[in-house]
Amino acid sequence: MNQDILVLVEQVRGQVADITYTMLAQARQLASAGAKIVALLIGNDAEALSQDLAADEVLYVDHPALKEFNGEAYAHLLAETITRLAPRLVLLGDTTIGADVAGWVSARLELPLVSCCRTIHAEGGDWVFVSPVCGGKLVAEGVLPAQTTVVTMQPGGFRTEQGRSAQPPHVARLEPPALDGLRITLKQYTEPQGEDVDITHQPLLVAVGRGIERQDNLDVVQELADALGGTVCATRPVVDQNWLPTSRLVGKSGKTVKPTVYLALGISGAPEHCEAITGSEMIIAVNTDPVAPIFNLARYGTTLDLLDLAPVLAEKARAVKVR
Amino acid sequence: MKILVPVQFVPDLVEELVIDASGDRLDPYSIRWKLNECDDHAIEQAILLKEKYGGTVSVLAPDFEGVEDALYAAGAKGADRLVRLCADFEGGANTHALARLFLPLIQQEKPDLVLTGVQAYSSMDGNVGSLLAGMLDWPYVGYVSGVKPGDRKVWVRKDFPGGLTAELEAQLPAVLGIQAAETPPRYVPISKVRQVMKTCKIEEVNADLDPAGGVATRELRPPEGATRATMLDGDVEAVADQLVEILRAQGVL
Repeated sequence: MNQDILVLVEQVRGQVADITYTMLAQARQLASAGAKIVALLIGNDAEALSQDLAADEVLYVDHPALKEFNGEAYAHLLAETITRLAPRLVLLGDTTIGADVAGWVSARLELPLVSCCRTIHAEGGDWVFVSPVCGGKLVAEGVLPAQTTVVTMQPGGFRTEQGRSAQPPHVARLEPPALDGLRITLKQYTEPQGEDVDITHQPLLVAVGRGIERQDNLDVVQELADALGGTVCATRPVVDQNWLPTSRLVGKSGKTVKPTVYLALGISGAPEHCEAITGSEMIIAVNTDPVAPIFNLARYGTTLDLLDLAPVLAEKARAVKVR
Repeated sequence: MKILVPVQFVPDLVEELVIDASGDRLDPYSIRWKLNECDDHAIEQAILLKEKYGGTVSVLAPDFEGVEDALYAAGAKGADRLVRLCADFEGGANTHALARLFLPLIQQEKPDLVLTGVQAYSSMDGNVGSLLAGMLDWPYVGYVSGVKPGDRKVWVRKDFPGGLTAELEAQLPAVLGIQAAETPPRYVPISKVRQVMKTCKIEEVNADLDPAGGVATRELRPPEGATRATMLDGDVEAVADQLVEILRAQGVL
């Protein structure tokens, strides 16, 4: 094993995902002198995506079957590359792409795996990971084992600009393996259906989480949003109950939003939700749990019950508009 | 179609999370365990498939507090076989250990499909589904919110960020990490659960835990900056007045 760091580039429909730059930023901070940062880019006619990656070398695998993400092909290619390079660290996004691949590779190669990692820092000769757990209510810290270790990283620990470079990296093309026996095939992408409103372009979002408790309580939230001139959106548990459409979902498998104000009602602040709202200009949190992680992110907060506060706030907002 | 659903338990976040004297783990005596939410969706998805297309559903659960309630509830929803995996769970069990716990049963039962929750918020070493797929060398698709069986294959809907979804085809046998069932997990009345308790037997299987592949934690702590938000004081009226002023200052009201 050497001290190199291998980063799996995530790209969806020809666009490099921000998490790739976050991982490269982490790698740059951690890599010791003489250690290489190697990015594995998989795609078809996608070599140009390597241009701004802050890596010492990009290994590029090109094949028509790799035009879009295929978990099985990615896992096999990554496993082969790890075996050949024997790096100290393998970074993947803690995303709907990286999480599909990391466990499979960990199990096949019998390598340790740390998931949901926010940052890794050096401490003497050790590398120490920091990961939020239990919905962000706790932080776990530990020393990475002294062997090749697979880590999935969450966004938020680094600015994406730190993972970009104006100097194009050296690109080495790898021969694609035989891919005719893949057991997973992409049939098609489906754009979000029933897009009643684009929540990524709204200045004021009134977001609702599990604290809403019942579907009929959504009326109070809608009334507040109407009074404020805002748009209602939600966390995963609310959408999973079919109380709001997927087009209103904010989070890891939903939309990333950057409104002027994000009013979070009954939202605890799980990492997979917080990662999608960190670009908000201001977050205001209403949650009866005083230690809810959302208060670590919010500028203003209150522990009042949202069902008590919302109608009164709606009434006062309407009065301000009439004035 | 023969479906196996391995599930796990997570600490109930409604309860206070107490870190034990060692400082590197939760106090095992203060944790209240509950069925992992994504696993509840995996059970529901399995039952929906059985109801629409036939087959059998077996639910495998480690012997945590609440395991009987969870298994009997699954039975009341329509699961055919309920299995409790017994081992020494006092020190907890990482995800690799749980996957290895389920592995021999899956190898023995040879199901067409393994459905499991795509994530658990207490996990620090990946998800059970992708680990199992790696151990079995089966295809894996995670973040699944729709499943339809075909001839020796399965059609799945996988979620990507931004509301984008992909339609994929996976050859069977396969492991799927369920994000959300096509309909929310159904409510089962307690009377139906009691009925299942009388008629359905929970099988017990003894096993050993092998945590290799997980990592050791040296410290568990509350996140830093827990007081970052400026908390608004006063009753409902006072807080609402302050919020109106804040929203006006931000130019959104």
